[in-house]
Amino acid sequence: MTVRVQTEPFDAGALLTAFSAGRLTSGGIVSFTGLARETTDGAAVANLELDAYPGFTEPAIAAMEAEALERFPVQDLLVVHRYGPIRPGEAIVFVAAAAEHRRAAFEAADFLMDYLKTRAPFWKKETGPGGERWIEPRPSDYDDVKRWS
Amino acid sequence: MAKVLMLGRLRDVAGWRERTLDTPPPTLSALRDLLAREDPALGEALAGKGVQAAVNKAVVRADAAIGPGDEIAFLPPMSGG
Repeated sequence: MTVRVQTEPFDAGALLTAFSAGRLTSGGIVSFTGLARETTDGAAVANLELDAYPGFTEPAIAAMEAEALERFPVQDLLVVHRYGPIRPGEAIVFVAAAAEHRRAAFEAADFLMDYLKTRAPFWKKETGPGGERWIEPRPSDYDDVKRWS
Repeated sequence: MAKVLMLGRLRDVAGWRERTLDTPPPTLSALRDLLAREDPALGEALAGKGVQAAVNKAVVRADAAIGPGDEIAFLPPMSGG
């Protein structure tokens, strides 16, 4: 169970390789990488900036991992989340789940992403030709997270 | 002395992210009132839907007590991923 909140870019492939190493009792690992898009709803995005609250954001994500561990028979979880300025094409978030059987790993990764989208203490600002815009969860994000209640 | 933090869009509305108060009011609601008197636009944003507050990095109720040495953060709706 690991949480990392960082401003530095990360290599999702390297994270997955490191997370997978030496797992002799895991039957499967599921990972998800979230990327910054070049366009949102057809509008160009030049830059994305995430605000975080260090010291508050990490424990909130750790609590999500603890809940995922209670709900699904997973062996280990990793969440790496960036904040600060992020360029289109760069990774924002990486989630990995290791389990003895694949279903739990798929579900835990799905659950963590739905929770991160609506409950993780980050605030997103997009900058494009039309200026700056703060992004809040979409109605569909709230619908997604309701699947787990 | 207490520290007040504005996260996300509240930072842009306020025009500041962090500020210290030499003598903080006794409650969170009194602090909101104080901030709203100084800056009505910020007051309106703080009263907006889904805005939460944390004292010393724990989310608290709107009428929580605050005191010297506390760190009070105002948090608009969150969105990661």
